[in-house]
Amino acid sequence: MVSLIRFCCSELVLIELFFQYLVAGLTYGTIYAIVGIGFNIIYNTTGIINFAQGEFVMLGGMTAVSLHAHLPLPLAVLGAVVITMIIGGLIEIAFIRWLVKPSVLRMIIITIGISILVREAALTVWGEGVRSLPYFTGNEVSALSFGGVRVSPQVLWSIGVCSVVVLLLNLFFKYTMLGREMRACASNRDAAALCGIPTRNMVTLSFVLSAGIGALAGCVVSPITYTQYNIGTGLAIKGFTVAILGGLGNSMAAVAAGFILGILESFSIWVLPTAYKDAISISILLAMLFVRPSGLFGNREAMRLKDF
Amino acid sequence: MMRARFAPVLALVTVITVVQLLTFAAGREFYLTQLTMTAYYSLIVVGLCLLMGFAGQISLGHAGFFAIGGYTTAVLTTLDLSAYRDLGVVSRLASLGVLSARQDLYGGHILCVHPWVAFAAAVLLALGVAWAIGIPVLKLKGHYLAMATLGFGTIIFSLVLGTQRFGAADGISSVPPFPLLPGMSVSGGSSLRVLNYYFAWLLVAAAMVLLVNLINSRVGRALRSIHGAEDAASAMGVDTARYKLSIFMLSAVLAAIAGVFLTHFNGGIGPSEASIMKSVRYVAIVAVGGMGSIWGTLIMSVVLNFLSLRGSFGTFDDAVFGGILILIMLFAPDGIIGSDLRALVRKFLPKADVVKRPEK
Repeated sequence: MVSLIRFCCSELVLIELFFQYLVAGLTYGTIYAIVGIGFNIIYNTTGIINFAQGEFVMLGGMTAVSLHAHLPLPLAVLGAVVITMIIGGLIEIAFIRWLVKPSVLRMIIITIGISILVREAALTVWGEGVRSLPYFTGNEVSALSFGGVRVSPQVLWSIGVCSVVVLLLNLFFKYTMLGREMRACASNRDAAALCGIPTRNMVTLSFVLSAGIGALAGCVVSPITYTQYNIGTGLAIKGFTVAILGGLGNSMAAVAAGFILGILESFSIWVLPTAYKDAISISILLAMLFVRPSGLFGNREAMRLKDF
Repeated sequence: MMRARFAPVLALVTVITVVQLLTFAAGREFYLTQLTMTAYYSLIVVGLCLLMGFAGQISLGHAGFFAIGGYTTAVLTTLDLSAYRDLGVVSRLASLGVLSARQDLYGGHILCVHPWVAFAAAVLLALGVAWAIGIPVLKLKGHYLAMATLGFGTIIFSLVLGTQRFGAADGISSVPPFPLLPGMSVSGGSSLRVLNYYFAWLLVAAAMVLLVNLINSRVGRALRSIHGAEDAASAMGVDTARYKLSIFMLSAVLAAIAGVFLTHFNGGIGPSEASIMKSVRYVAIVAVGGMGSIWGTLIMSVVLNFLSLRGSFGTFDDAVFGGILILIMLFAPDGIIGSDLRALVRKFLPKADVVKRPEK
């Protein structure tokens, strides 16, 4: 009611403010969506929730900042993505590949352990400082104006990169041999193995892939949100919220859910202190888990058949 | 049977006494401070062991319950009500003994909630929260359960960190001593160090007696059946939801009690006590101790917490716990005090509460 009265008083300012919040929400939404997709890729091939997912985003951003000291920006980003992919693959080979039918509890604890080790290693290598990449085009103050609403070009970069990633992933899973093999592995691992698909390699590949897109997201949003050694856990929880919100395993729905969460979170600042922002999104996660664990767009019946 | 069951408790009491005498003889009584803190952390860990090892439910939010206990008592015992002395409610509460007057650091007279009342409030709050959270959360399984409890822990952490009344990033300091008997209170004073040490460890011993009894009772058997196969247990008439909830509440209360006393012992509490890393650390200790062994968990809790509090791991404190988690889960998911050692223990203690269970 109060906000309604305020709305009438200063309609114009408020509409602009509304769009500013919307844009901020979309920016955060893209990164949540990409982390959520990362969860889904690994979950689909292995049935594992990788609690170290947020760490890939941090690693990508941090590595790119370090490389940028010596290399031009595009090469630094490319290098960071490749290095993080290699790290993701190595993690899978070292800690997960050789386990025989591990229990869910065991996998949860192992991936949590991995995320702690990666974070502590990052703390040792890069220290506690907050870092960021320069803006890809323009700088902090440059903005494109859309009818009074000012949008930083970096926001367009992050939304654009997210769209391209989603598009490429879709093409990859639909039309390439490798993508189809991964999907086969996702729908029935034993049957896939019987067809001669190297399922173990598919699992490694899924880690490499999700590390890569995580790192890319980490680079693109680094100029706006900054990168620090400990951003991983928060991002992992948000990404998981998004994955659940969209329905676990459904990458396209995760994008929509990412935008929903980002926007909700950004508008929550309107009513509540910023410090409670995280509490809001996690409350959404809890409510979702309690009421509709199959997700907004998921199928309840199908969910019941899944194994947890 | 009875003797075998409680032999470890007697051993614990003996070890506690011997350790105290040893530190006295070696002139290293300052170790007792860390050992007292270790006792309180162990209280949380054994409660979590019951939840994880016996009821088979993971909780990545137990630091949240510790923080609920610690912050409740810290807020209530430092909230100065003397300005409202003339208010009817306040004066009535004061005459009932709910409030107690004391001097603050600067000699001013302040009127705060009595620590015992704060203790009751903390335990009730933890019970209430565990009940409210537990009903929906414990319906979840696997990843969802882990994430939901992690989410709960994160909410508590961000509330504590974001609220001025809770001291935000600084936490709450100058929490008064907790009076137990005339001349004895839970506080960090060096004159009370030995007494505090014994109080903390007797609390742990009492908790162990409670847990040992529980594990060897009808409840314990029901819990093990839930861990083994929940659907089968439920088909056999075990009220799985109720058992899981009561164990969750019990472990939450143990964590809250530890939080209350440790806060009074340290004279304050900070937001790091509510952090996710703390919760993960408790899970790590339970994992190392062997999921189904409260004694193994207690031993590992003492070793790891003591080393950590003495600063033996330096700046790699968190990394050490992360590394331990991975190594244990990769190579010895039954804990290092696992089958070999347990078989050895069983030789000495026939039918003790050491139960080996195949991994789920």
